[in-house]
Amino acid sequence: MYRKKGKFTGEGVIPYSGEGSTVTIEGAAVCTQTGCAYTGNEAVAYAAKQCNVDVVSAYPITPQTIIVERFSEYVANGEVDTKFLAVESEHSAMSACVGASLGGARVFTSTASQGLALMHEVLYLASGLRCPIVMAVVNRALSAPINIHGDQSDMMGSRDCGWIQLFAENAQESYDLTIQAFKIAEDKGVHLPVSVNLDGFTVSHATESMKACADEDVHNFLPPRESLFKVDPTTPISVGGMALPEYYYEFKRQQEEALQLSKLFVNRVGKEYGKMTGRRYGYLRTYGLEDADAAVISLGSTCGNVRSVARTLRAKGKKVGAIKLWMYRPFPREELFSAIKDLKALAVMDRAISFGAPQGALCSDIAATLLNTGSDIKILNMIYGLGGRDIPPSTINTVFTDTLRAAKTGKVKERINYLDVRE
Amino acid sequence: MSKEKSLAEKMKLPWKKMPIAGIMFEPGSTVEYRTGEWRIEKKPAINQDKCIRCFICWIVCPDVSITRQPKPYKNYTESVEVDYYHCKGCGICAAECPVDAIEMVEESKVVP
Repeated sequence: MYRKKGKFTGEGVIPYSGEGSTVTIEGAAVCTQTGCAYTGNEAVAYAAKQCNVDVVSAYPITPQTIIVERFSEYVANGEVDTKFLAVESEHSAMSACVGASLGGARVFTSTASQGLALMHEVLYLASGLRCPIVMAVVNRALSAPINIHGDQSDMMGSRDCGWIQLFAENAQESYDLTIQAFKIAEDKGVHLPVSVNLDGFTVSHATESMKACADEDVHNFLPPRESLFKVDPTTPISVGGMALPEYYYEFKRQQEEALQLSKLFVNRVGKEYGKMTGRRYGYLRTYGLEDADAAVISLGSTCGNVRSVARTLRAKGKKVGAIKLWMYRPFPREELFSAIKDLKALAVMDRAISFGAPQGALCSDIAATLLNTGSDIKILNMIYGLGGRDIPPSTINTVFTDTLRAAKTGKVKERINYLDVRE
Repeated sequence: MSKEKSLAEKMKLPWKKMPIAGIMFEPGSTVEYRTGEWRIEKKPAINQDKCIRCFICWIVCPDVSITRQPKPYKNYTESVEVDYYHCKGCGICAAECPVDAIEMVEESKVVP
């Protein structure tokens, strides 16, 4: 189970210079795909349907409702033979998922915001008991004050829960990452839950043109689940036992190693998926970093805006770049460092406040990545888009201007910049 | 006792060799966990001469710490003993004994 750590080869960093969001792979025998128009939520539900899920246990919450709604339609129409559990809360939803997953089933659920917060306790059980559950998290702000719109406070609040955390930029990526998530989670070398994050409304409710694979191709890509262990009367086991000071620490160390090593599988699956569809995935995607002085890194839907503004600026001769992180946990430390090491300044976009912390969550991770490397990259932390506050290209433009100034002068004015907040 | 030995050996297992997700592949492992360390104040002592082998204590013990041993004693074919590795000293056995054969004694007292 514990393979030797793969030597870092720089793989999983996907440079990109084309238009649109697709990375074409030369010479790939791409499977037949159908063009369709789906919202992010519909794309996720459709992916889950194609993945032949055994059990779905979910509770509806804005902006995730359509995933549950659409999937229950598939069940009602007899399009899938999934057992759909309509539970009374998210805490119960995740608890049922843990039980079903331990029984060897392929399990899917989805939630958002307060729902994820209510699940929080059980998230740790899912990862601690090594249940390969896939959950779509439609990122939404947390109360109070109550707000139904997109920001990433919910997942950032649960970022230490031991799950693999993937972030999608648009409907296409939500679809692609959901299919990959099952393959990553269920690999016997991983055996961990995966969350696929998509920004509330921006991705979840916007209809986009995308490509979907044929059912057979998804079935070939994702064979039926095999488990290292399962609750089965023919070979009885006990799960969820108590481990006091003599044992607990070792189990947690083991779990951490599994999560760190899972990154190799994320890249492997991304590569395999690329061969099938022509859309290559990995840890992160870079744009224009070959010669950039200043770059902006972000998660989720904002990456599209950032790339678009970077393209405009590059056309004007500015040396700027953009980075999109697909995989937030485990954090792709080495790969990210190799991508950013030649930059002079980097702006880190956080769509959540880590209250009382020196910086936002993503920025703290990047600061830790640079720790003890001798790097002198200037880091600017940008908090933005809370509670669904719009993030127009003009705002991204000011971020690039500030970052370019920091690259030139070597000075960072503010510890944290709160973008577009009324002063 | 083989169970004790296996516990001691398991305690030394490095993290890589621990079973995944804390799964237990054998039943009854709770026996290896000596909760009798939690006992406070007094412990039960059974007077085998007074005991009439009614097994009321064996029934009422909430921790399954009164055990029936196949050791003949005088006219009886069985003896009743206390499992001090798991007894919490609640005193229910002593209170329920119809012939006052069980006495709660100081922890330091040596029980035959």
